[in-house]
Amino acid sequence: MINQSLATLSQMLAEKQVSSVELTQTFLDRIDTLNPDINAYIALDQDKTLAQAQAADARIAAGNALPLTGIPIAQKDIFCAKGWQTTCGSKMLENFIAPYDAHVISQFDAVGAVNLGKTNMDEFAMGSSNETSYFGGVKNPWDLTRVPGGSSGGSAAAVAARLCAAATGTDTGGSIRQPASLCGFTGLKPTYGVVSRYGMIAFASSLDQAGPMAKSAEDCALMMNVMAGFDERDSTSLNRKKEDYSRYLNQPVSGLPLAGLKIGLPKEYFAEGLDAAVAKVVMDAVAEYKKLGAEVIEISLPNTGLSIPVYYVLAPAEASSNLSRYDGVRYGHRADQYADLMEMYCKSRAEGFGAEVKRRILIGTYVLSAGYYDAYYLKAQQIRRLIAQDFVEAFKRCDVIVGPAAPSTAFKAGEKVDDPVAMYLQDIYTISTNLAGLPGMSVPAGFAQANDGVPLPVGLQIIGNYFDEARMLNVAHQYQRVTDWHTRMPDLTAIEGVA
Amino acid sequence: MEWEVVIGLETHAQLQTNTKIFSGASTAFGAEPNTQACEVSIALPGVLPVLNKEAVHCAIKFGLAVNAEIAPRSVFARKNYFYPDLPKGYQISQYELPVVGKGAVTIQVPAAGKNPAYEKVVNITRAHLEEDAGKSVHGAVEGMSGIDLNRAGTPLLEIVTEPDMRSAAEAVAYAKKLHELVQWIGICDGNMQEGSFRCDVNVSVRPKGSDKLGTRREIKNLNSFRFMQQAIEYETRWQIETLEDGGTIHQATVLFNPDTGETRAMRSKEEANDYRYFPDPDLLPLEITEADKAQVKLLMPELPSAMKARFEAEYGLTNYDAATLTASRALADYFVATVNAGAEAKPAANWTMGAISAKLNAEEKSLADSPVTAVQLASLLKRIADNTISNNAAKQVFEAMWNGEGEVDAIIEAKGLKQVSDTGAIEAIIDEVLAANQAMVEEFKAGKEKAFNALVGQAMKASKGKANPAQVNEILKTKLGA
Repeated sequence: MINQSLATLSQMLAEKQVSSVELTQTFLDRIDTLNPDINAYIALDQDKTLAQAQAADARIAAGNALPLTGIPIAQKDIFCAKGWQTTCGSKMLENFIAPYDAHVISQFDAVGAVNLGKTNMDEFAMGSSNETSYFGGVKNPWDLTRVPGGSSGGSAAAVAARLCAAATGTDTGGSIRQPASLCGFTGLKPTYGVVSRYGMIAFASSLDQAGPMAKSAEDCALMMNVMAGFDERDSTSLNRKKEDYSRYLNQPVSGLPLAGLKIGLPKEYFAEGLDAAVAKVVMDAVAEYKKLGAEVIEISLPNTGLSIPVYYVLAPAEASSNLSRYDGVRYGHRADQYADLMEMYCKSRAEGFGAEVKRRILIGTYVLSAGYYDAYYLKAQQIRRLIAQDFVEAFKRCDVIVGPAAPSTAFKAGEKVDDPVAMYLQDIYTISTNLAGLPGMSVPAGFAQANDGVPLPVGLQIIGNYFDEARMLNVAHQYQRVTDWHTRMPDLTAIEGVA
Repeated sequence: MEWEVVIGLETHAQLQTNTKIFSGASTAFGAEPNTQACEVSIALPGVLPVLNKEAVHCAIKFGLAVNAEIAPRSVFARKNYFYPDLPKGYQISQYELPVVGKGAVTIQVPAAGKNPAYEKVVNITRAHLEEDAGKSVHGAVEGMSGIDLNRAGTPLLEIVTEPDMRSAAEAVAYAKKLHELVQWIGICDGNMQEGSFRCDVNVSVRPKGSDKLGTRREIKNLNSFRFMQQAIEYETRWQIETLEDGGTIHQATVLFNPDTGETRAMRSKEEANDYRYFPDPDLLPLEITEADKAQVKLLMPELPSAMKARFEAEYGLTNYDAATLTASRALADYFVATVNAGAEAKPAANWTMGAISAKLNAEEKSLADSPVTAVQLASLLKRIADNTISNNAAKQVFEAMWNGEGEVDAIIEAKGLKQVSDTGAIEAIIDEVLAANQAMVEEFKAGKEKAFNALVGQAMKASKGKANPAQVNEILKTKLGA
């Protein structure tokens, strides 16, 4: 049951083969067994969760069920959920109980989905390995000595280990796609503005975007149908007509399903820095796409190399300001002892934030300072436009862009913690889409063997034009119809024990 | 050496919107602490700002009123600094691209001593939208400081002038003019005690004739025009004395102490924050179209300058009278109401500016609290016009009306102030006066014009002031063969 698609689970619920309470309890039991080793969840609240499941069962019985009614969903701990501990992976918010719901949370509540718990993440979404979390690292279910990627590492591990039916994540520079690649499942970062940011704790406001993390493109489409939509409380939310993200899936196809599709392979995504084994998996997937009827051309995104430096100016700049509200005055961590106001600020923030968050606040403060603003922030904004322009040119020649989602498979915990630049390079293929505001996804495309012989999942990235999520989901779905990488599950029998 | 003071003002006008500039929380004044602080006001994690269109309309109105450029695209920026009453750790303001650009207001500087009144144009540099901070409350809880975030997020329009003013009187005249204007166009209630209208004044001095600006000090948070006058005068003297004693002025923020009448440096600019302004990524640029402006224009009341010109043309008022009456919306409205109730324009203007204003000033009342309404004043003026009472008698009636003794006609009746216009009765009085003052008659006949006025005076006195003066004049002339 834990491996079923959302559509199948929905059908089982509708046909009363299983109740939402039973389904939810199954996941809660599995979490009980596996979470101590994987550490995917920060907050669990069985009473609240089961109460939602009961309400969902009543709704199903009353005949008011919607596609995700009664389905247990894991929520990244970046979303405020009323009455839930909402930490954003930080000591700063360890004891913060959100008094209101994020838009994403209320969208799931409205359809009667069940909130299974709040998932672990890099502190304030700053990290690519989930190792910056105050609540400890998350283990990659494919190899517990490795990281799941980040920052949505808890949601990633939860989806991969089947500790939820599906999960939410957020992606500022790759935080949905890189962990999806490292943990072997399907994750989508929508076009900026498609999912409301209201109630989603801000890291870098102009880049942050929430999206689904699930077992398949089909599941992601169902999640998108709930998550997407205009919200007047977010000024950057786009007022577009509600769309059905499943609309292209399962349409009858005559002949080759992707005939006429033009796929662009950016040469910069296959240059130095890409693990050879990962490159091979990606090229095998490209070959598969040719079989499905797609035409493959080489394209160029010449400013790709600038994306990381630009990102590490703009994201910290916004973060340094966004994180100023954590001052110990109204909520969050406050130092026990302080002589005056200044010391209260300094000690509270020094104690409440971890090293990576402090590093980015310092970088951001620096690049916004008088005398440096033009050279860093303003210049970075100009290059950001160039990067976006690269994509505009590329999409004149192709329909979707395909490449690796991450340069390597999952690395060992601790391997990169002392080398921030190496860590930042994890997002080399994902960051430019955030800078351009474009949608991107990662789809399981096979496995590559690590040095120690462990086979680890590899993700294929699909980048689409603005608002092209439905087509991207179909491009992924057609691949998933002819491959089974997305159905593979990590072997967790060692920690499942007798169960 | 002769010195010249150079003054520029930054004014924060709290905009009269029902809700805050970036959230739906109420802006009402005086509620229990933190009862008007929603999740956005207290900056909970994850909340986002949404611009209040009402506040934008206020900014457009102001731009139109000072004939300013209204930016087709302006940008909200974050001003970053830590303070306990600033919940986000930054204030959303406008920096490089403000909503209102260059404009101007014409001020009337009143006469002082030998110097006559004059008009002057003060240039507006810019006006931008921003949010107010909350308040720190000290002493409410023993040993602790409280934070009240009711005010956090209240919309403000910060209006900045060029350093165009050259005296405390000009600065105060500008502040008063602006104070009146924002109320006139209905964007600010002007309540200075509640902090709805706050002025920061930049003061510097330089040798007269120099075109280089001296180092300025900024006097913060002046909440009355009297204090503004005193503060600028003190600050000007202090700066001149400092320079004459060989000292230098350091850029600083100063506070005015009304008890001592002195200004004192609060912090020097060297210790000031680097605010790290950058465009707020949570808000889209504010775009204002010609159509938006046209729509707001329809809601604009007639502006003081247009009304002044109309008063001159329509009512035949002098430039000075028209300017005085349109210096305040309430005064102008009162005048128009008096005319509309049947009074002639010129006496209506004189009485509004004269007796009414004098009484209100003396009793520190506003026009809204005047015991004599415009309709009552009009009925009084009608009784002068139709010769029922003399001007002198009218003053007594006015006094009585002010004291609540009743309506015009009843007072005239009760006090017996009705003017005598019966020719026969007046002739009889004049005959008696002529008989009793033969000497004066002789003087008049000998060519002394003054004697005529003396005889009129005697006649008025004999009638106990009730005789119609014009008739007295006429009959006397006839009788004296003049």
